[in-house]
Amino acid sequence: MIRNLATDRGRGPAALTKHRLFWPAAALIALLLGNLIVSPRFFAVEIRDGHLYGNLIDILRNGSPLILIAVGMTLVIATRGIDLSVGAVVAVSGAVACVELGSTSILLAIGAALGLCLVLGAWNGWLVAGLKIQPIVATLILMVAGRGLAQLITGGQIVTVQNGPFLAIAGGYLLTLPLSFLIAMAVYALTSLVVRRSALGLLLESVGGNPEASRLSGLRSGRLIWLCYVFSALCAGVAGLIISSNVTGADGNNAGLWIELDAILAVVIGGTQLTGGRFSLGGTVIGALLIQTLTTTVYALGIPSQETLLFKAVVVTVVCLVQSPAFRAKLVKRRRRPESPAVAAQPEKVEVAS
Amino acid sequence: MTALTVRLRTYRPQRRYLPVLAALALLVGAYGFGAVRYPAFGSGQVVLDIFIDHAFLLVVAVGATFVILTGGIDLSVGSVAALSTMASADLLQHKGWPAYAVIPVVLALGALLGFLMGLVIHYFEIQPFIVTLAGMFLARGLCYTISTESISIDNPTYTAMAQTPITLGAGLHVSPSVVIALVVVAIAWYVLHFTRFGRTVYAVGGGERSALLMGLKVARTKVSVYTISGLCSALGGVLMAFYTLSADPLGAVGMELDAIAAVVIGGTILTGGSGYVLGTVLGVLVLGIIQTLITFDGTLSSWWTRIVIGVLLFVFIALQRLIARRAR
Repeated sequence: MIRNLATDRGRGPAALTKHRLFWPAAALIALLLGNLIVSPRFFAVEIRDGHLYGNLIDILRNGSPLILIAVGMTLVIATRGIDLSVGAVVAVSGAVACVELGSTSILLAIGAALGLCLVLGAWNGWLVAGLKIQPIVATLILMVAGRGLAQLITGGQIVTVQNGPFLAIAGGYLLTLPLSFLIAMAVYALTSLVVRRSALGLLLESVGGNPEASRLSGLRSGRLIWLCYVFSALCAGVAGLIISSNVTGADGNNAGLWIELDAILAVVIGGTQLTGGRFSLGGTVIGALLIQTLTTTVYALGIPSQETLLFKAVVVTVVCLVQSPAFRAKLVKRRRRPESPAVAAQPEKVEVAS
Repeated sequence: MTALTVRLRTYRPQRRYLPVLAALALLVGAYGFGAVRYPAFGSGQVVLDIFIDHAFLLVVAVGATFVILTGGIDLSVGSVAALSTMASADLLQHKGWPAYAVIPVVLALGALLGFLMGLVIHYFEIQPFIVTLAGMFLARGLCYTISTESISIDNPTYTAMAQTPITLGAGLHVSPSVVIALVVVAIAWYVLHFTRFGRTVYAVGGGERSALLMGLKVARTKVSVYTISGLCSALGGVLMAFYTLSADPLGAVGMELDAIAAVVIGGTILTGGSGYVLGTVLGVLVLGIIQTLITFDGTLSSWWTRIVIGVLLFVFIALQRLIARRAR
């Protein structure tokens, strides 16, 4: 993109606004600048207890579960699917980890939690790719049953943990940065590396673009789709560990509540279309950060937190309208139709003005 | 060979009813199981209590049936129902409006929300899933802006609706809400099976392009079903206010899942075009009887309800796939 700008200066700005990440990034920057204007100390980052501290760091720290889940969701959406069960998987993963921590070591607890998440993801993937059930419906099953499962594991209690290393997952810092953010970034980097440096990403886009054609051209669409759901559940499982570590316990009812909606929102804001095909992992990360910034803004500015939902509703609507080809076509048509009278009317206006 | 084809042909219409029959069998089986295990379960009042406790869900699920029959989905129903209880409580308690003015306003609000979502879905060709998701956020956000605390309702009309039992003789009774819900079911059944609009709903669900090419009014139908769903959700919210005599901004969370589950268990196919509103009634009853069974058992905790509903959802969806595959 930068090379384009350098070689073709005349069309530079147009190319910039046409870049896939332009609008999400612009929205994020605008929101951050808005915060800066309202509270000048918003960007202040200082070192406290040997790590960075401030609103921006908070956004990174609290946004990491959402980034993780949204990255997994991006791949699922790229195959034309959707995973509604991530919130429930978050609850299950937290529940297993917290219950197991009572009796075994941290590694075994985390292994058990993530292992169960893999099973849940495999189940989702089997329903979608094997039984060919619509993704919304297939993952709805686990969305309904998963919270019950989480409560079954915790015995309906809120299980608290005091294990130091486990609490460090969300509360710890490495190289002055929050550990949870580093985990999220590592997963993002690894995923982009695997997806973009191998043919996998291309295959996913082809499966999402047209599953039947991809299958006929020799791709194992079913297996790819299945893998995406497994990956999504794994990401949700890691996010569940971070969330339960953050609140020092597992709450089957409320852990990860509504996070599937935030994740889908992050993916859509990031420029991945729900109709499948093209996807952008970088856009998803920006989208997730945008949503977290919105939440943090609401807290930082003292706006009643209930307004967040209204904000989100407006954001979803606007983003979807902008992405909708039908809406764009209608907008262009409306703009073009009055063109000839508008041109004729313009000189008159100028005369009146002068 | 001919005998076989004849027999197959005579079986074909029944296959359409198979999911509904499966739901009915499940319902009867669950009821029989309960009646054998717990003597008190066998009394007719238990069944009527399921209606009383789930009248609002029934109305909401009927609205969702319309949307799902066209192949769409409405995730906003729970939030719209909550909004309608909050709005009616606020207008009654804080603004001092009379009940006969509040109910039409609230119903119109729900219908308007549904209408707007329908417009966006049809004219801007955005997936129903995401539009109604935005609607869900919007309605829930509006609930919070009305009040973050729950409001209790002491309006005489509402308390009368909540507490006047309609006796059916033999010690059985239902609440006025049940009558309203059954009237809604009857109207929905009539509309879906005996009007041109109803046939168009099925046609749009069967294939939108074909319906369009047949000259059916696809746009009007699609916008209408979301309006109906909004209206039903708002009515469900009013019934919920009758039932609980209070309004909670966090009320009816997850109701959209229950409504969709009831519709699916009732045999409506989620890709649209096939299903019955009476099946939805069975679906709601199945959900209700599971809850009642778990309550009667006493040793099973409430979260088993969610797990059992999840398992039932899977079984019925798998059944649908099987039928669809064999039909091909």
